[in-house]
Amino acid sequence: IFFFYSIHLLHTADNAGQFFSSGHTNNWAVLVCTSRFWFNYRHVANTLSVYRSVKRLGIPDSHIVLMLADDMACNHRNPKPATVFSHKNMELNVYGDDVEVDYRGYEVTVENFLRVLTGRLPPSTPRSKRLLSDDRSNILIYLTGHGGNGFLKFQDSEEISNVELADAFEQMWQKRRYNELLFIIDTCQGASMYERFYSPNLMALASSQVGEDSLSHQPDLAIGVHLMDRYTFYLLEFLEDIHPASKTNMNDLFKVCPKSQCVSTPGHRTDLFLRDPGSVLITDFFGSVRKVEITMETINLTDPIKQVEQRKYSYVDQLPVSEIIHQKPKQKDWHPPDGFILGLWTLILLVFFKLYGMKHLKHIF
Amino acid sequence: FVFIMRCNFRIVLFLPPGLYKTPGRKMQIWLFYEELVIRPLHSGDIYASFQFRTVWETDFMRGNKVSHYRLFPKSLGQVISKFSVRELHISFTQGYWRTMQWGQPFQPSPPGAELWVWFQDSVTDVDGTWKELTNVLSGIFCASLNFIDSTNTVQPSASFKPLGIGNETDHRFLRYATLPREIVCTENLTPWKKLLPCGSKAGLAVLLKSEKLFHSSFHSQAVHIRPVCQDWQCKTTSWELRQTLNVVFDLHNSAQGKREWSLFKMFSRTLTEACPLASSSKIYIDITDNPQGEQFEVSPATPLLSQAVVLGDRRTFSVYDLTQQITFGTVRSLNLLIRWKSSEGDMLRPLLHAERYVAGYGLQTGEIHTLMYNNHPYRSFPVLLLDSVPWYLRLYIHTLTVTSKGKDNKPSYIHYQPSKDRLRPHLLEMLVQLPPNSVTEVTVQFERALLKWTEYTPDPNHGFYVGSSVISSLVPSIVAMDTNSTRERPLFSSFFPCKEESSYFVRVYTEPLLVNLPTPDFSMPYNVICLTCTVVAVGYGSLYNLLTRSFQIEEPSPGLAKRIANIIRKMRGVPPL
Repeated sequence: IFFFYSIHLLHTADNAGQFFSSGHTNNWAVLVCTSRFWFNYRHVANTLSVYRSVKRLGIPDSHIVLMLADDMACNHRNPKPATVFSHKNMELNVYGDDVEVDYRGYEVTVENFLRVLTGRLPPSTPRSKRLLSDDRSNILIYLTGHGGNGFLKFQDSEEISNVELADAFEQMWQKRRYNELLFIIDTCQGASMYERFYSPNLMALASSQVGEDSLSHQPDLAIGVHLMDRYTFYLLEFLEDIHPASKTNMNDLFKVCPKSQCVSTPGHRTDLFLRDPGSVLITDFFGSVRKVEITMETINLTDPIKQVEQRKYSYVDQLPVSEIIHQKPKQKDWHPPDGFILGLWTLILLVFFKLYGMKHLKHIF
Repeated sequence: FVFIMRCNFRIVLFLPPGLYKTPGRKMQIWLFYEELVIRPLHSGDIYASFQFRTVWETDFMRGNKVSHYRLFPKSLGQVISKFSVRELHISFTQGYWRTMQWGQPFQPSPPGAELWVWFQDSVTDVDGTWKELTNVLSGIFCASLNFIDSTNTVQPSASFKPLGIGNETDHRFLRYATLPREIVCTENLTPWKKLLPCGSKAGLAVLLKSEKLFHSSFHSQAVHIRPVCQDWQCKTTSWELRQTLNVVFDLHNSAQGKREWSLFKMFSRTLTEACPLASSSKIYIDITDNPQGEQFEVSPATPLLSQAVVLGDRRTFSVYDLTQQITFGTVRSLNLLIRWKSSEGDMLRPLLHAERYVAGYGLQTGEIHTLMYNNHPYRSFPVLLLDSVPWYLRLYIHTLTVTSKGKDNKPSYIHYQPSKDRLRPHLLEMLVQLPPNSVTEVTVQFERALLKWTEYTPDPNHGFYVGSSVISSLVPSIVAMDTNSTRERPLFSSFFPCKEESSYFVRVYTEPLLVNLPTPDFSMPYNVICLTCTVVAVGYGSLYNLLTRSFQIEEPSPGLAKRIANIIRKMRGVPPL
């Protein structure tokens, strides 16, 4: 028994050593779907499937900023409300029962996205809408939607360019807002979005090269739209096999969706990343690090001072008709004070007669 | 030795519900009640109303710092103390309540999101506090409440009186806003469920599954916070948090056309226990239209019956008490079954209901018509109509007409605040006396404004929403209402405080309007740039070339032999060929 216990201790110590060597202390995820309208159902399904994987692997809702540009689950065209499916024949509901969307509808704009990344939000923004990362955070950023060579379209009305995105990441680096950042993009010509990055510790994956289109996977005939994009579909299948303690590394992630399955060529960029991709675990970005320390100390809470007042309270009348009618004072037009007009005319007449003589007086009277 | 765990670590304290005493402190009281009322409707649909009430005796005001929240959710408690809120009412609704088919709801709500707040009189900057409050609530409820700003906030002067106790009603501290476009989905239900003491793990909240709740004709969830009297003497106040969820299931969508409803069919779950923290956990089934059991049959049968006066009528209910183990029977689960036998009988017509629509044609002008129906045969009663119209529909108030039965009906009170472009919406409040058995029509003409092109939403061709009108009224009741507010009553009958016996207070919401504004063609800037650049390039470019281009004669390049000969001649110093 002692022998097994010592083996277990060694194993734990080994795990503990590995645990502390990864360099980051917390995980964040920013998942953005930028498309509006019912026929872009697949982009919302893409984002929700990554959300689901990330939550399953341990990142809590408070560390996920989820931005969905349109509502598909409770859309009136959805034959099964409150569901978003990723596989045809309605096999997997990625929307689930426990979802918290931080930015939805018209709030998903380029400005809000950049403000979330750089942290320059108005002071009244609630915590769930902020990316409160520090210099020991690993951040996963996932973007999906319609894009082109060097830009990504937001809600069919504005776009973000790859230069803006690279500058935002540089701002994040200079403000020490991330330790390592994994950027995944699933749009047409997605590789163009990461070619301008210049900040350190960035790793990027895209679903297609410049000049190629990312294709969608399969439609569901009952729902009537395409359910997922190919790259994210195979990414979801890959992530479903990952569990919080798995040791798969980034090289396996680069192999997801080869050209035979995806039709487009997925690309990746690791030259800005300091560690070797083979030593980076998937759970470094998709899972969560949480350190718990048990303490046996007790903390004494102080008692607030309570004052007791003796006053009689009562409920208010909901529709006090007589009070309402007499509430508004009658609109009185302003009149000049009494006798003012009379005095004014007397003054005018006096001046007139003084100037032109009293003989005109008989014409008046 | 540091013990590292990669899982959630939670200590659960099981204390008897109700009283909790810390050493050296006065007894604090937390109470939690939950109830579900099921009312079968005449069209075969079924109306279920959940109410969860948490009462907490504490004092947030006058600088007292509260740090021990037990059943009361901490997020809301911090919001109340930080923003000096006296009352907060927020509701999220999907669908429109059809008063004529379904009767009156227990808690009315307009489509979309509605938020109205009474602040304490210690607040100096109400508008700034309101803006911060809406931002914080948008984070708590995962809704776009941060779109509430001065362009859709109004300050009603008579409509929304406080529902809790209070003496001062200075309307400077009241703010009201609606977002008719707001979508309600599981992401709003999830944080709402997390505010409950038992979460969605025990008690009636187990039934709240989003796949069934949103596949319905009407779904509304609301949070109401207000101070209430603690006991009959009303010397101390407690904070009451009511979370209500109203849902109407459609006969054809959820029951496949068969007039047979059960808890499992409605919610895809059955009940196994009450919430351990609840002092009372009950289900009421409305059997007033079924005294001898000839219309529908309820199983399992229950001996408990209760009568309550609600919405001006005395209704009889079968009661299932979930705190008694006997309710669950030998199978340890409760699945109520309501089977219809005959479909005769008609419903009592609601005394007050309202409609609203836009008339007119084209994209320049229009007319808003609001119709209010008084179905009482001989009594007339007053209604207070509140209309909040966005600034881009320019109302012409001189065209306002109020007619009942063809004759002019002059309101006894009108409060109108005109709009300011991009700053403030129109606010119109009128107190109108509705004659018995009549239709009152309120019409006003408007003109549509042209927005700046950055102010359009990404999908402007959908249209722009105008929030519902609110009609508050004291409707004559059939039976005497109970004015004693402190007696133990079921939750659904104690929502609106009752001051007189012969009438009850009711609020009716009209439909929101969807109005098309003149929308520009957003591809025009691109077209203009292309056209202008083409014209400039072709026109100016060719003119410039004509004026500044000079022509020179150039010899064609000679053949290879001639070039070699020229090179040799250059070397010799002889002029080339």
